[in-house]
Amino acid sequence: MNVGSNQEKDPMTSRFKLTGIMSALLLVSVAALYSARGASAAGEGKITGTIKLDGTPPHMKPIDMSKEPSCQQIHAAHPVTLENVVVGANGGLQNVVVYISEGLSAGAAGQVPSETPTWDQKGCQYIPHVLALDVNQHFKVVNSDQTSHNIHPTPNPAGTNHEWNKSQPPGAPPFDVTWTAPEVAVPVKCNIHPWMHGYMAVVKGPSAVSDNNGAFTVNDVPPGNYTVTAWQEVYGTQTAKVTVAAGKPVTADFTFKAK
Amino acid sequence: MRTRMLSLFVAVAVLALCTASPAQMTQYDEDQRWNTESHIGSLTGHATGAKVTYRRFCVGCHGVIGDGEGENAQWLDPKPRNFTLGQFKCRSTPTGTLPTDEDLYNTIGRGIVNSNMPAWFPLTNQERADLVAYVKHFSSKWTTEKAGQPIEIPAEPEITAERVKAGEGLFKKLECWKCHGVEGRANGPSADTLTDDQNRPIRPFNFHDGSRFKCGTTDQDLFKIFMTGLDGTPMPSFADNVKPEEAWELVMYLRTLQPANPLNTKEKIIAKQLGLKPINPYAAPPAQPESK
Repeated sequence: MNVGSNQEKDPMTSRFKLTGIMSALLLVSVAALYSARGASAAGEGKITGTIKLDGTPPHMKPIDMSKEPSCQQIHAAHPVTLENVVVGANGGLQNVVVYISEGLSAGAAGQVPSETPTWDQKGCQYIPHVLALDVNQHFKVVNSDQTSHNIHPTPNPAGTNHEWNKSQPPGAPPFDVTWTAPEVAVPVKCNIHPWMHGYMAVVKGPSAVSDNNGAFTVNDVPPGNYTVTAWQEVYGTQTAKVTVAAGKPVTADFTFKAK
Repeated sequence: MRTRMLSLFVAVAVLALCTASPAQMTQYDEDQRWNTESHIGSLTGHATGAKVTYRRFCVGCHGVIGDGEGENAQWLDPKPRNFTLGQFKCRSTPTGTLPTDEDLYNTIGRGIVNSNMPAWFPLTNQERADLVAYVKHFSSKWTTEKAGQPIEIPAEPEITAERVKAGEGLFKKLECWKCHGVEGRANGPSADTLTDDQNRPIRPFNFHDGSRFKCGTTDQDLFKIFMTGLDGTPMPSFADNVKPEEAWELVMYLRTLQPANPLNTKEKIIAKQLGLKPINPYAAPPAQPESK
């Protein structure tokens, strides 16, 4: 028996973790009050890079939408596949979340962007498939389809975020949603259309999601030394250390190995 | 179990040695938990008051630490509730929130139909109230959050043909039939693929054959079920897009799908008079259901 047993997902240990997280949150929020105004946009740098997949990408199964004719029609010309691993030109890996996991000042970590991104349900798919969000950042859940969806995020039940499940019929107004605690990543599903699957990555501080070439840019990073984490839903996480200087981009590339 | 407990003790010891302050917090937290109370009407339940009752009646399925892994759990489907997660199906509160003490109290008294959870008639009201506090003491969520605000349920309006017909329109528009089927026989196109939050297969409610619901038998219970959703299952909340008066219309229509239920004869008579037939979801485009 070693210290590693701490990692076990026992309710008792998660209770400890929770206490730790809660006290950390408290500290962060108190600290944020003092230093939030210290950060200025002018002196900030950015982290850019490319994420690649090394090896042959796994086969992505085509999605059979015959049970939902209104969605099947939309994709009649271009049948769609699952999106667990999406590889673009030159092995670029799409839908990877890049965020700062260590080194952010409490002030920078506590800032919540004012943009409200959209989580769309369109053609019985989630657009985007992976959405990166800040803790407490508002975002919109939209149903663009001619069918009902139930939006059902299932965060880690031992954590602070709550699972919920709401029906959104066609033409219904968007839901305004936030997440209260960091979590990479909250899986989202629709029970009516079991192929629908996506993730909401909730982080503190600046983040980005790689595009169809595997490229990403994390903007508004204050100068400093950071640990950057890249998360992919199948391949897990990778980290890199970077030093961001004022007004300059720094590069962090990641390569995931195909299983 | 023994290795689990051992690793638990090691974890506690290591944490206590390494980080004094979280351990102290946790000791405090532990004390707080044993102070957990429940308030149901004029009854006050105490977690400490249910120690014996829980060990006698509940531990076999819900387990010593309330994680739903009691020794009988392996034989049961659906699985016993894991109280450490603070997530419950039968609530009067919105999806994603904790239930009220009364909700938990009612579940103990009512049991859960189609599961191994019996109705605990032999327990006194005080014992049930104490058990509610005991159930709550397993999850730290009760110390950091309050129960949700119960949804509003206005008085049930008079049952009319108009309302039953409007309920039929909602059944179609909200696509209840996708899982529950056009006749309420639990055979809609999505029924076969449904899973619960543990990825175990789960069946939608069969209105045609069943009379009692998981979360009660009354019209108010039925109202609550689709307005709050059953968290941890595929059943979502419709509260954001259904007004309370519409919810009553849907309740009235759903009752027409229940020949096995001896009650609610008025709805069924109206359905007969109207000559209601199972809906045809593909008959008209869903965009213009009430154009004339």
